[in-house]
Amino acid sequence: MSELNFNASCPVPISQYPQVLLAHGGGGKMMRQLIGSMFLRAFKNPLLDTQHDAAVAELPGCKIAFTTDSYVVRPLFFPGGDIGSMAVHGTVNDLSMAGARPLYLSSAFIIEEGLPMETLWRVVCSMRDAARRCGVQIITGDTKVVDKGKGDGVFINTAGVGVIEHAQTIAPQSVRAGDAILVSGDVGRHGMAIMAVREGLEFESEIQSDSAPVHEAVLELLRAGIEIHCLRDMTRGGLTSVLNEIAEAVQLTLNVEEKAIPVREDVHAACEILGLDPLQVACEGRFAAFVAAKDAGRALALLRARAGEAALIGHVTGEPSANVFIKSAIGARRILDMSSGEQLPRIC
Amino acid sequence: MKFLDEYRDAGLARQLAREIHRLTTKPWTLMEVCGGQTHAIVKFGIDELLPKQITLLHGPGCPVCVTPLEIIDQALDIAARPGVIFTSFGDMLRVPGSITDLLSVKAGGGDVRMIYSPLDAVKLAEQHPAREVVFFGVGFETTAPATAMAVYQAAQKGLKNFSLLVSHVLVPPAMEALLSSSDCRVQGFLAAGHVCAIMGYEEYFPVAQKYHVPIVVTGFEPLDILQGVLMTVQQLETGRAEVENQYSRAVRREGNQPAQSLIKKVFQVVPRKWRGIGEIPNSGLGLAADYAAFDAELKFGVAGRRVEESPDCQSGLVLQGRIKPHECPAFGAKCTPEHPLGATMVSSEGACAAYYRYRRIQPVV
Repeated sequence: MSELNFNASCPVPISQYPQVLLAHGGGGKMMRQLIGSMFLRAFKNPLLDTQHDAAVAELPGCKIAFTTDSYVVRPLFFPGGDIGSMAVHGTVNDLSMAGARPLYLSSAFIIEEGLPMETLWRVVCSMRDAARRCGVQIITGDTKVVDKGKGDGVFINTAGVGVIEHAQTIAPQSVRAGDAILVSGDVGRHGMAIMAVREGLEFESEIQSDSAPVHEAVLELLRAGIEIHCLRDMTRGGLTSVLNEIAEAVQLTLNVEEKAIPVREDVHAACEILGLDPLQVACEGRFAAFVAAKDAGRALALLRARAGEAALIGHVTGEPSANVFIKSAIGARRILDMSSGEQLPRIC
Repeated sequence: MKFLDEYRDAGLARQLAREIHRLTTKPWTLMEVCGGQTHAIVKFGIDELLPKQITLLHGPGCPVCVTPLEIIDQALDIAARPGVIFTSFGDMLRVPGSITDLLSVKAGGGDVRMIYSPLDAVKLAEQHPAREVVFFGVGFETTAPATAMAVYQAAQKGLKNFSLLVSHVLVPPAMEALLSSSDCRVQGFLAAGHVCAIMGYEEYFPVAQKYHVPIVVTGFEPLDILQGVLMTVQQLETGRAEVENQYSRAVRREGNQPAQSLIKKVFQVVPRKWRGIGEIPNSGLGLAADYAAFDAELKFGVAGRRVEESPDCQSGLVLQGRIKPHECPAFGAKCTPEHPLGATMVSSEGACAAYYRYRRIQPVV
């Protein structure tokens, strides 16, 4: 009986956090702690423990990737995308991070009472079009309506299944000393596009979200025989969180160069004004690839053919620590730490 | 990016660093006043380019860090009340009061909103006439004009549901307080460029003369800071103690006079307690008598409380440049950005947070 009581007690130190804070969903350390101490502990199993963007499971005759993600963006429509297309791209991208060919999606809608039908239809049409472009089908779903004020227009959850047609093990645990670290395009655009609209920030030109599917780029790398060790979607927490998560998973030191990391000028300017770090800002159509050093040049050429800004930003070193170091613009080295919760704009 | 990359050029940075190495013959201790400068120094690793004889102390110029616990507790009290919309700049939201912080008040149902300009709070007050909108007016001379403009506009519009919880502070009195303490180690100052963009730098001449200390108005980019250090070292090595302006692309000697007159109109100079340092005479801005109706402290009856700081937090010594962040026993152990004991660990401009983010582990080069 005493053991049961022990298991039932809340593992997150509630003296510190008696309630869930928004920062627990910010993609930083607080979210990692929440996931680690609560979800991973309660649901513990070998597939979950890989902590990859999509889980990879063996079924009779095939290997599949399976993932899920919920979309709660406000505003529903933003420059460069909307919640519908994002709900398709995001889950397709999570499947791609296991090197899977995305096949089927589910879609669950939690709709707030009072949402105009026309708005919902625009979202649904956008999902339909995005699924068509990604070559996936939405084959099952769920609909719930909640009281006015209990939702934010519409929340969407999508789960996805893809098939794995290669023999590589693409997962954090496969990363090796010497691996090259590449990014598939410029970073931080989605987060700044949303923030600019949400906070009514007026810049000379509108920042467009980078929301897009990345499965074609990944499948192309696989077809070319690139030895891919790990792929990771740079969503919440941005590039910084991705690098720190991988460093932690393999207990190796990562070295990157600030100057090599592509950040568009408008994104950089908006970040400077608000005192934010573009390397911590979310993307919705960009991934980091850890590839064998021998294939780095070819992988970069393939990614560049799709997005000119794709870049080789650093390497995994043999140094056993779980740290990420960045060489600053003026040449000094410093640690690149993930934020604790959400980034907060500075006062001045 | 134009107007930014020029000031982050690695080649020019090395040139300036070489010149500083060439000139430096003795150990010198400089203080950068502003938290924004501290952040840039640690982020870009500027101090690593300097000769070992030069020590940079990190000054009290982080507005979040020096806002006293009493005022944060007042903010938490007001923000939790029904009918209130409590507005604040982003980085005040996570600062711990004696029991909780604004983000937790928000999670508990308080209407706490992050805004980018005090004028947005005035807009909210217009849009929600049945609610009380409070703005948490924090910062140095840099943000004071915008806060003053918000109060001024609220008065012009006759808004009765807007008020200000004010904790504005002034830089020169804090520099004097540091210089007049018997164990002051500071031999030269990099003054805060943005503060001077508003206030000009006339008021530093008597300080430089009285304490025989060079004061160089300095910007925030790596080359600005290196040039500011160079100019200060040049003065120290030649025995001069003058006020100079490195940041001439933004700062004029007389400052921004319309902004100054707005500050004078809305605010009056008051004594102010600085977190971790104590009360400094004439170092704060409070609402002038004509604008007392907008004082949230009076409106919500939260004045006059005293609270104790965590005994483990040595942020006061950090803010006075007496210890470096990592020399505090709580640093990185009991005190982290997730569980800050003091405000210097919260704000991205706080010296402890900057050290934690960028310096927790020394890189193996």
